[in-house]
Amino acid sequence: MLLQLHEPGETPAPHDDEGGLAVGIDLGTTNSVVAVARDGKAEVLRGEDGRGLVPSVVHYGDDGSVVVGEKAREAILESPDHVISSVKRLMGRGLEDVKSLAGTLPYSVEVAPEGGMVRLKVAGRVLTPVEVSADILRAIKARAEAALAKGVDKAVVTVPAYFDDAARTATRDAARLAGLEVLRLVNEPTAAALAYGLDNAAEGLYAVYDLGGGTFDVSLLRMEKGVFQVKATGGDAALGGDDIDHAIAEHFLAERAERLGEQTITAGEAKQALMVARIAKECLSRSEGGEWMIEVDGKPSRHFLDRATLERLALPFVGRTMSICRGVVADAGVELSDVRGVVLVGGSTRMPLVRAKVAEFFGRQPLADINPDEVVAVGAALQAEALTAGSDTLLLDVTPLSLGIETMGGIVEKVIPRNQPIPVAMAQEFTTYQDGQTAMAIHVVQGEREMVDQCRSLARFTLRGIPPMTAGAARIRVTFTVDADGLLTVSARETATGVEQNVAVKPSYGLSEDEMAQMLRESLEHARDDMARRVLTEAVVEARRSVLAVKAALRADSDLLSGTEQQAIDAALAEVERAIAGTDRDAVNAAVERLEAATKGFAEKRMDRGIRQALAGVSVETLGSALDGGEE
Amino acid sequence: MNASAAAAILPCWSCKGPVCGRALFCSVCGAVQGPNAADHFARLGMTPAYDIDIDALERQYFGFQRRLHPDRFAGRSGKEKMLSQQQATSLNEAYETLKDPLKRAVYLLGLLGRAVDLSACGTISDPELLMEQMEKREAIAEADTVEAITKLSASADADVIACQCHISAAFNAGDLDAAAELATRLKYLTKLAEDARARKGRLMRGA
Repeated sequence: MLLQLHEPGETPAPHDDEGGLAVGIDLGTTNSVVAVARDGKAEVLRGEDGRGLVPSVVHYGDDGSVVVGEKAREAILESPDHVISSVKRLMGRGLEDVKSLAGTLPYSVEVAPEGGMVRLKVAGRVLTPVEVSADILRAIKARAEAALAKGVDKAVVTVPAYFDDAARTATRDAARLAGLEVLRLVNEPTAAALAYGLDNAAEGLYAVYDLGGGTFDVSLLRMEKGVFQVKATGGDAALGGDDIDHAIAEHFLAERAERLGEQTITAGEAKQALMVARIAKECLSRSEGGEWMIEVDGKPSRHFLDRATLERLALPFVGRTMSICRGVVADAGVELSDVRGVVLVGGSTRMPLVRAKVAEFFGRQPLADINPDEVVAVGAALQAEALTAGSDTLLLDVTPLSLGIETMGGIVEKVIPRNQPIPVAMAQEFTTYQDGQTAMAIHVVQGEREMVDQCRSLARFTLRGIPPMTAGAARIRVTFTVDADGLLTVSARETATGVEQNVAVKPSYGLSEDEMAQMLRESLEHARDDMARRVLTEAVVEARRSVLAVKAALRADSDLLSGTEQQAIDAALAEVERAIAGTDRDAVNAAVERLEAATKGFAEKRMDRGIRQALAGVSVETLGSALDGGEE
Repeated sequence: MNASAAAAILPCWSCKGPVCGRALFCSVCGAVQGPNAADHFARLGMTPAYDIDIDALERQYFGFQRRLHPDRFAGRSGKEKMLSQQQATSLNEAYETLKDPLKRAVYLLGLLGRAVDLSACGTISDPELLMEQMEKREAIAEADTVEAITKLSASADADVIACQCHISAAFNAGDLDAAAELATRLKYLTKLAEDARARKGRLMRGA
């Protein structure tokens, strides 16, 4: 359901209080981490080997088995065609993006004829990136349940701040497939800031520099008394340590080809070179040089690499992160000297070159007293606890990329600029350009470039039923709404006549609602029960709200009721409470409807009294909490 | 007064009882209410004026967001989530408008019945302003040393501040026509200052 057009309030299922625990998950390109927070203290959940990191690698066996993590990573060399890694790079991606990644992925990628969703071919199966991510999330969920000896069904999942709408929705869909309700999608740098800031009581303007395996983000945040306000964010969803690994591997392969006098590089050589490159890069964060061996088909080659050569290979990529930092500082409208500290996140920030360049740019040593691999999951866990158990902490995030609509000549008209605090709703008016035009094609795009073909296409839909008018007379107001998860909803209405149109969005790069439903049905674990439980939970939450509201009204105004009226309401309340205890959603809804009918007269009497009191000059402030709800 | 007070009484969507149209929460059942039609100043509990205390604005904004942000309603019913999202959206819009000197001036002029449309066109109708802008723009484009651009950038920033002071004085004197004219001027000065800063950045990096 990419770019779903849901009613703004109809966010995924509400959670029930009796359900399982809520965890925080950092779903990374290379590694994933899960943590849980209790009483404001977060703990990373480790496997039997004591490691917090789960490699984001999946092995699909010929027998239908699915293995995630270290074991899957070890299998890359023996059975590369059965293993998928770095799938995060494909989340919400279309054919064009995949072309640009060509050769950097060790598995075959194809684009489905319809919808444009990328499909991966592995071990005789055809899978979407959403399904592969769901397999990783299932393994993480299982790890958490084993560590906590308790069911886990809710999570805060982090995404790169620079992820676009398609990638965000794909991530949320993956969690749904894995049986996890996403309480909130939180941007990775924001989660890291939350973990760091709460732990160190940090105040002032901070930069979070997050260089992971496949993505780069930088955010500038103001932290103050539990408020984490993102001032500006920027990044590149396809820039990370992986790129440096590839540069080293190419360097090795060129050397090898020269030494062995070979013209062609086999797939096996490329894979092993990549693996060796990663090991060499990690070693050179601690030592100054070393020698590594690549051996394929009985032909060994030795490669010496020192830190200076590594840094020469890595510099173009690190340089790109620096120019993004420059842009974010300009966007935030602050001076570099205002930045009080720089927090490093992501395994790639272990490279001395990265630390040196960050220190040089910000003019201060970055804060390195946190584990850059785990801090995002810790922040996600703290937010998961805040959302379920309540807290005073406030995360105020922004839109990473501008959202707009294609206009004449392929030019993008921005509707919501980047770095707007979310949630946000903005509208733009468009008009018809032909006499009698009754339909209008709307193409929603995301990105900073002026031309449509340089931005990401999110959705296309056609607004129909515009009353025929002369060209330019119709006023079509298109409203973009971005919720607190950073997800977009689009609506359109013709304002001259007031005709509101239901907008059906055809997703450009993702799962349609039907595909999603199909997958949920097919996904092994009790998918059907899951759906049923969700709708029941939703009904129960709503019913409880009604009961509490009526009880509060009775406490305030029961003097308006006769004995029999009161008895009727009490009976209806009892009926709802009985229905809540059961498992029949229809019974719950029916009981709530009867309660509403039973209290109709009571509500009218209360309104009458309220209005009479207002006319008599009773202060209206007693009829609702006052407006000055601000702090202090 | 009483009649209008009575008109401002609406039924709470949750408990159906009377609630003041300006209230954020129902005083009886505690349910969050939808955003009311208040202007941006009223929404953030600020006195409508051009001169505002930015720290106070921020405190009010954070305070309201702490109570109304969707994160506070994660486990609630769909309707409550929707209303909190609408409230938070309105707060963001108000905050973004009021914290920016140019947007605040334009918004306040609109509230006071002297609407100005700065987005309408890129043309400058005032010949004096046009000449001045062209000259300064040219000077910025031609500056080729860090020293020269630093000077121009500082002068552009000073112009912005001076213009904001004049706008403040115009509002305080009740001269809305002058305020409107100065708001137009501020728009161009702000753009110029941004361009100067960008050029300064490029020159400092040796690009």
